[in-house]
Amino acid sequence: MYEVKDIHLETQPALAVCGVAFDLTPEGAAWWPAERLLVVADLHLEKGSAYAARGIALPPWDTRATLARLENLIARFRPRMVVALGDSFHDASADSRMAPEDAAHLARLMRGRDWIWISGNHDPAPPPQFGGTIVAELDLGPLTFRHEPRPAPATGEIAGHLHPCAAVRVRGRRLRRRCYASDGTRMVLPAFGAYAGGLNVLDRAWDGLFPGLDFHAWMMGGRTVVPVAARRLEGD
Amino acid sequence: MTAPLPVQAPAALPPAFARWFAARGWRPRAHQLALLDLARAQKSALLIAPTGAGKTLAGFLPSLVDLVENPPPAPALHTLYISPLKALAVDVKRNLEIPLAEMGLDIAIETRTGDTPQNRRLRQRHTPPSILMTTPEQLALLLSYPDAPKFFASLACIVLDELHALANSKRGDLLSLGLARLARLAPAARRVGLSATVAEPEALRRYLMPQPLEGESLAEIVVAPPGALPEISIVATGLPDEEGGEARIPWSGHSARHALPAVYEAIRQNRIVLVFVNTRSQAEFVFQELWRLNDDALPIALHHGSLAAEARRKVEAAMSAGSLRAVVCTSTLDLGIDWGEVDLVVNMGAPKGASRLLQRIGRANHRLDEPSRALLVPANRFEVLECEAARAAALEGAQDGMVAREGALDVLAQHILGCACSQPFDPDGLFAEVCSAAPYRALTRGDFDKLVDFVATGGYALKTYDRFARLRPNAKLEGDMRLRAASPSVVQQYRMNVGTIVEAPMLKVRMIKRGGRRPVGGMGGRYLGEIEEYFIDQLSPGDTFLFAGHILRFEGLAETEALVTKSQSGEPMIPSYYGGKFPLSTYLASRVRRMLAHKAEWVHLPPQVREWLEMQSWRSLLPGEDNLLVECFPRGDKFYLVCYPFEGRLAHQTLGMLLTRRLDRAGARPMGFVASEYSLAIWCLRDPGLMHERHELPLGELFAEDMLGDDLDAWLAESSLLKRTFRDCAIIAGLIERRYPGHEKSGRQVTFSSDLIYNVLREHEPDHILLRATYIDAATGLLDVGRVAAMLKRIKGRIVLKRLDRVSPLAVPVLLDIGKVQVDGEASEALLSEAADKLIEEATRLV
Repeated sequence: MYEVKDIHLETQPALAVCGVAFDLTPEGAAWWPAERLLVVADLHLEKGSAYAARGIALPPWDTRATLARLENLIARFRPRMVVALGDSFHDASADSRMAPEDAAHLARLMRGRDWIWISGNHDPAPPPQFGGTIVAELDLGPLTFRHEPRPAPATGEIAGHLHPCAAVRVRGRRLRRRCYASDGTRMVLPAFGAYAGGLNVLDRAWDGLFPGLDFHAWMMGGRTVVPVAARRLEGD
Repeated sequence: MTAPLPVQAPAALPPAFARWFAARGWRPRAHQLALLDLARAQKSALLIAPTGAGKTLAGFLPSLVDLVENPPPAPALHTLYISPLKALAVDVKRNLEIPLAEMGLDIAIETRTGDTPQNRRLRQRHTPPSILMTTPEQLALLLSYPDAPKFFASLACIVLDELHALANSKRGDLLSLGLARLARLAPAARRVGLSATVAEPEALRRYLMPQPLEGESLAEIVVAPPGALPEISIVATGLPDEEGGEARIPWSGHSARHALPAVYEAIRQNRIVLVFVNTRSQAEFVFQELWRLNDDALPIALHHGSLAAEARRKVEAAMSAGSLRAVVCTSTLDLGIDWGEVDLVVNMGAPKGASRLLQRIGRANHRLDEPSRALLVPANRFEVLECEAARAAALEGAQDGMVAREGALDVLAQHILGCACSQPFDPDGLFAEVCSAAPYRALTRGDFDKLVDFVATGGYALKTYDRFARLRPNAKLEGDMRLRAASPSVVQQYRMNVGTIVEAPMLKVRMIKRGGRRPVGGMGGRYLGEIEEYFIDQLSPGDTFLFAGHILRFEGLAETEALVTKSQSGEPMIPSYYGGKFPLSTYLASRVRRMLAHKAEWVHLPPQVREWLEMQSWRSLLPGEDNLLVECFPRGDKFYLVCYPFEGRLAHQTLGMLLTRRLDRAGARPMGFVASEYSLAIWCLRDPGLMHERHELPLGELFAEDMLGDDLDAWLAESSLLKRTFRDCAIIAGLIERRYPGHEKSGRQVTFSSDLIYNVLREHEPDHILLRATYIDAATGLLDVGRVAAMLKRIKGRIVLKRLDRVSPLAVPVLLDIGKVQVDGEASEALLSEAADKLIEEATRLV
C-alpha cells in the first residue's frame, strides 16, 4: 500500500545550546547566525579512494559530493567562519589522493573566510596545504568546539566523532536517519561526509554523554529536521 | 516440440550393467539407451523426463559405461555433475553409489560443496575423483585456480541436473560462463542436461551448447514418456463452524486457517504428507495451527531455509526413515531430493504457476505408473480461481513459458575477475568466449570493455584509481595484450565473494532466559535459526511472533543477534508477509481470465465462488479475456478506481505507482493505492470515472504505454527498490564485499553503506555500467516492467469503464487489504514529519 501525504513542515527548527541559538540544516550543518559561523563534522574527504587503495573501488565522487553540499550551504549563509569538527580528511594521505579539481574546489570554498580545522582521530594533523587554522579545540563565548565529546557534564561542548543517527517507529514503520543530538547544554553533530555511516545514539558508545537519556535527536529528513525525544527512540 | 528419438537397435550394455538390470527384473528404459547412443556418438543432449523416470541414472549411465570400458590409467576427472542444491548433489551421490556397489564397480565419486573440508578440497585438486558432484559456485571457484586447465583437461562429460531451475537465473548466467570456459579447457566434453517438462525446450538446448557467431547450435533432445496423470483435488470450503452453518470461503487474506481442519484430516488419512507453503512465515503459521488441531499427536515437522541447519537435518533424517507423518515446508524441498514414500502433496495458498505446481506434485510418489496425488488449498476466493486454472493446466500437462533473459552484467564482471585469477587473459579472446555462452550472445564489445574497465579500476569517468587497479597488463612479451590479477589479495577477494546468491541481511535468533539480558558467556542461549533483518526491524521489544515452531517474545538486539524468550501468549503477532515471493505466472493469469469470461467453465467452482461471480456480473461486469475492466465508485469521502489486470503484485505495484503520478498531474488528487496479485485499487479525492466522461482524463490516455518512459525513470530514481537491487548487483559485481577475511560485516552495515554509494554514483555518474545493470535487474525483477508493458499493449483500445454507486463484489478483496498491507517505503518522508507533528510542542518548549 502506498499513501500520498503533503509535507507541511518546511521551516528550519532552531536549537539553543547554553543560550546560543543554532539553525539546524537538513544537510547536516549547524548555523550560528549571531557569529555567522557554520559548523560541520566528520567530512571524511577521500574515504572512497582509501577503500580503492585496499582493492574496493568505490565511486571516487564522494569528495566532490561532500564539497558540493558544503558549497550550497556556504552560498546560502555566506559564513564569516567555518569550523570543521575533525575527521575532515579520512586519513593522513587523503590530500595526496585528492583529484586536483577537488583540491582546487576546497581552496575556493576556504577563500575569504576564517576556516578552522579541528584535529580528529582520523586526521590528528590535517594537511597544511589548504591553509586554515589547525587547532585541537576552539573556545567561542560559552561554547567549546572539539572533535570527540567528553563525558557529561560538558557544558557548552559542540562535537562530532560519533556520527549520530537515530531510529523511531511511526505507525509501525521504522525510520532511521542521521541526526543532531542535544540536551540544550551540548550538541553532537551528524557526520557530513557522503560515505560516512551512522552510529545509533542508543549505542553503548554514547553512555555517559547524556545521563538519564534526557536529550533529543534532531532527525534529518530530506527537507526538514525533526526533533524526537530520546525515550521514544529505538536502538539498532 | 521435437518428437522422441526413434527406437533403434538397443545399445549394448557391458555385462556388469546388463546383469544388474536383469537381477532386479528391470530393463533399461528407452530414454536411458537413447542417451547412451548419443554419448557414444559424442553428442550433447537434453533429457526431458518426469520425476521417477530414472533421470539421474540416464544421465550417468554413459559415463559409467565409458569408465568401465576404458578405465583411466591414473586418477583424472571424467564427469562433472552440477546441481542447484548441495543437498541434491549429496543425495544423488548416495543414489548412484548403491547400484555401483551392487555391480561391484570401483569408481570414485565425490562431492565438493561449501561444506567440504579444506584438506579434501586440496586433495581433490591434485587427485581428482572420476565423478565430481558440485554446484555452479564451486565450478566458478575451481575455474579460478591457476591449475584449472590441467584439472579439466581430461573431462569427458558434464551433467547439469534440474536445468530448468538453474538456466533462467543469475546462477544460470554464472554457470553458462563456466561452461563457455570449459568448452575451451575441455573441448571434447559432451553435455547432458536433465530437466522437468518445460514449455520451450529450445532455450535449454541452446543453453547447453557453445553458440557459434552466426546462427545457433542446439543439443539433441530426448523426451521420456510422461507419467500417469496426477489426481488433484481442491479444498473448496472449510468445515462447518460451531453453529453448524457452512463456513465461508474468505474474501481476502492468505492464512487459509478455515481449511486447516481439512488438511489435518488429509494427514490422518495418508501415510506421509508434504505440506508446501509459499513463505517461511506461512510455514510457521500452518505448523502452529496443525499442532493446535493435532489431537492424535501425529509426528508433524517443520522445514524451511531459515531454521538452524541442525534442525533441518533432523527433519530430513526422520523423513527418510519414514518416522514422520507430515512436513510443512517451503520451496527448500521443491527440487529433486528423494524423500521416500510421500503419498500426498498439499499445496497451501495459490500455486502461482503451472510448472511450479507440477514440480511440487511430483514430490509425491516416485513410481511413474501410479498417479501422484495432490490437494490444493486456496486461501481466498481469487485463489480458488487460480487453483482451478492450475489444476486444469496440470491435467493437460501445460507449462508456464520462460521469460527470456539476457545474461546479467554484474555476473559477467565477477566472471572476468575469476578468469584473471586463473591465468592472464586476452580481452579479445575472452570476449569471443563469453559470447559463445547462450545468455551472452547479444553482448556488445562496448559493454564488455566497460566491464573489464570496471573490474580493473571501477570504470569511473574520474580516473584517479589507476594506481590501485585490480587488473594489470601482463606485458611478459612484446605485444602481450593480456591482463592479470594485480596481487594475491585480489585473488583472495574474488574467492571470498564468488557466487550470485545475495541473501537478505539475516540476524541470528537466540533464545534466552526470561529477564536475562544476554546469553551468559555466549553459552546460555539456544540458537534457533536466522530471520530477515527487515522483519526484526519491525518489532518492538515485547512483540510476539512465530519462529521455529514456537511463539516467541522479542526482547531486543545484541550485536547481530535477536534475543527472544518463550512467550506465554496464545496469539502471536504474525509476520506481515503478504502474498508470496513468486508472482502469478503470465500463463496461469491468462487461464484465470479465460475462466472468468466463460461461464461454462464455472461448473467446477464451489457454489460460494459461483454466486460471487454471478453477483459481479449482475452488479458490474466480469473482466473479459483480453480487455481491462476498470470500475469507479465513491466510498466514504473518496473515489475509488479498481482495475483487474491479473498480472501479479509486482507488476500491479509498478502500475499503481505510475498511474498515481498521472492521476496527480491530471488533478484527480490520488491519495494512495493498494495492489494484489489480481487487481489494483487507487483512491482519489476526485472521481476518475467522471473525469473520463468529461474528457478531462480519458482512460485510454491514463493507461497509455508511454507511462513507461519519463514517469518510470522519474519514479525509479527515488525508489528504494532500486537501492536494494543496487546492493545485490554491487555485491555480485565485487564492488562491495560480502565479507572480509577475518572480520565479517553484518548485513545492516552493508545495507547502509550501499545506499550512500548508490546516492553518490547516481548523482555524479548516472550512466555507470553498474547502475545500468541495476536498472535492468529491477525492471525484470522487483518492478516486472516487461509484464506491465505487455499488459498495456494487450489492453490498448480495450478498456471497459463501469461506473458504480458502490463497491463491486470483485473489488471487495483488494479493498479489504487496505490498511493490512504495509505502507510502501516511498512514503517515509511524510511519516518522519508525522513523528514530529506529535512533538512539535515539546520541540518549541526546548528552544
